[in-house]
Amino acid sequence: MSSPRVEVIDRLCKGCSICVEFCPTRVFEMDGFIAKVVKEDACIKCMQCELRCPDFAVKVHTE
Amino acid sequence: MAKKTALVQGNEACAHGAVYAGCKFFAGYPITPSTEVAEVLAAELPKVGGSFIQMEDEIGAMAAILGGSLTGAKALTATSGPGVSLKQELIGYACIAEIPCVIVNVMRGGPSTGMPTGPGQSDVMQARWGTHGDHAAIAVAPESIQEIFTETVRAFNLAEKYRMPVQILFDEIVGHMRERIEYPEPGELEVIDRAKPDVSPEDYKPYDSSKGDIPPLASFGSEYRFHVTGLNKAADGFPTTKPDLVDAEERRQIRKVEANRKDIEKNEEYMTEDAEVLIFAFGSTSRSARYAVNELRKEGIKAGLFRPITLWPFPEERIAALGKQVKGMVVAEMNLGQMIYEVERVTKGSCKLEGAFRVDGEPITPAQIMEKVKEVN
Amino acid sequence: MAYDYEKSIRPGKLPHIWCPGCGHGIVMKGLIRAMDTCGLDKNNTAIVSGIGCASRLPGYMDCCTLHTAHGRAAAFAAGVKMAKPEMNVLIVGGDGDGVAIGGNHFIHACRRNMDMTYVVLNNNIYGMTGGQFSPTTPTGANASTTPYGNPDPTFDISKLAIGAGATFVARTTAFHATQIDKLIAEGIKHKGMSVIEVLDDCPTCFGRRNKFRSVVDMMKRLKEVAVPVQAAAKMPAEKLEGKILTGVLFKEERPEYCAEYAKIIEKAKGANA
Repeated sequence: MSSPRVEVIDRLCKGCSICVEFCPTRVFEMDGFIAKVVKEDACIKCMQCELRCPDFAVKVHTE
Repeated sequence: MAKKTALVQGNEACAHGAVYAGCKFFAGYPITPSTEVAEVLAAELPKVGGSFIQMEDEIGAMAAILGGSLTGAKALTATSGPGVSLKQELIGYACIAEIPCVIVNVMRGGPSTGMPTGPGQSDVMQARWGTHGDHAAIAVAPESIQEIFTETVRAFNLAEKYRMPVQILFDEIVGHMRERIEYPEPGELEVIDRAKPDVSPEDYKPYDSSKGDIPPLASFGSEYRFHVTGLNKAADGFPTTKPDLVDAEERRQIRKVEANRKDIEKNEEYMTEDAEVLIFAFGSTSRSARYAVNELRKEGIKAGLFRPITLWPFPEERIAALGKQVKGMVVAEMNLGQMIYEVERVTKGSCKLEGAFRVDGEPITPAQIMEKVKEVN
Repeated sequence: MAYDYEKSIRPGKLPHIWCPGCGHGIVMKGLIRAMDTCGLDKNNTAIVSGIGCASRLPGYMDCCTLHTAHGRAAAFAAGVKMAKPEMNVLIVGGDGDGVAIGGNHFIHACRRNMDMTYVVLNNNIYGMTGGQFSPTTPTGANASTTPYGNPDPTFDISKLAIGAGATFVARTTAFHATQIDKLIAEGIKHKGMSVIEVLDDCPTCFGRRNKFRSVVDMMKRLKEVAVPVQAAAKMPAEKLEGKILTGVLFKEERPEYCAEYAKIIEKAKGANA
């Protein structure tokens, strides 16, 4: 099973760090003022990041 | 076939005029001396498939008619001075968002609670400048029960045609007075509906003025989806702070009235042709003024009456011309001098000017007017 | 698949105006999911708001949207609904807009029981004007107009809605993201006035003044204070101190206003015929 593609849309991310903090497998890290995907392989498709991102900036593309 | 006639109050005539004009929604709040407008429409509107709601307050009533109007319904509210004071913010909303609606103000004395059961004409400047910000205004001022009916129809027509709020101002005297009315047959009076968009929903912009100063208004609940806001907005309806767009929109909203004065203005002139002295009066006061003209003529004084039926925009051109024709003018109004400022502004000192004012809750008498006329003759 | 929010948002309108970490975007996502769940037709759906940060929400939504004056959303909405009862009418707005300046319209909208859904984004502060206390700012909390702490008692918006006669009242928080859409959807399906209060965070104007170190701190607080109403029923009173009940708080069936008015129309037409 391939891991999903996790996307942060830089244009929309305001850097609140909600995705970084609430991801149970630490897929994200802050990169200056915006979030960045650093461990995509660790994603377990819980969708917490996409659900909680207030800025419509995080997308989890699953098959 | 003889026309249907009745002996009705001004407020009742207003309600029936609204139904004739195609009004389908009324929201109001009880207030003396306008309440009969609501009472009659509560009974009449459901008969024609329309709806009536009594709201929690005056502001809510104004809000509701704007919401209702956006669905395409011709909408009305009726109140008196204190109510109009409360509605002012949303009258401004109707101006900037360009939502057709009609507001009836059955005028009483003031300020504040004043004299609820007495007549007044002291809300005329409020009708022009009551809400904050720059804006155009249209207000009509009927003097009789028959005219309340026809002017109510015309007020709806102007609101729909120019996509803006229109106020009907009449005082408590005509509001509560009973006179014979002849109901016009359907089709006898012109009834205008707002222009609908002729572009596809994808191309629709609610404030697109490329084809004229009055952009067509789509209805909520049709295939046209659009945004309405009280913020300064661009042609697409979304907020903007771009100076050129804000300036253009503000100016267009005033121009749509200014450039159409001929269509909007309506006056009655009585014996003005050879007049050497002119009485400027509106609403119930003009009835005393007409009597005064007749009496003065008997005394050999060449008096005339100018009665604006459209109060706003002010009939600048005609008053300026009359100011050059006559020796003097008397502005008779049930306040302590409001429209007289407009007359003064427009006549620019070309004739003598006096006011016949009264604010004690009693009508201005012909004798009071005649006395003033003699001062300026 | 990633959830397709974009189909419901007007093209080119993102990013929105809300501050980093403001929960309004989370609630907007919940609203979109709820509208999808209920299959609302965009052409036939009006979203009405007043003034304030939360009231900017309709501008992003691809529906018939009406951004009115401060506090007046519920009254404009009543006009839309009365004049076109077949439309779905949703109202969104904040705490100050809804229950301070708009308090009278709010309670009477609840009383009438028109079939509308009011989503209150309660972040306990006036955000757009820079952090003045609202009727839901906790007593003692700091706001720009309470330099010595807030002396005012607060409104419980949900209790206010129940007391005023709303027939479906539910509460959740911006932390409980999946509950937001479930409750809004339930409110939309309910025939009558539904109020869904979403406790929200304002990191910029409330958080900074009230010792929250981060957005995440504020979100964690929302998680901690929320107690599902079913769980609360089994908890002793002392354990509920400082907690806020969430879930469906009240539901009853009562005649819906426009349906009742339709009967009046039939009656009046009959009398006329």
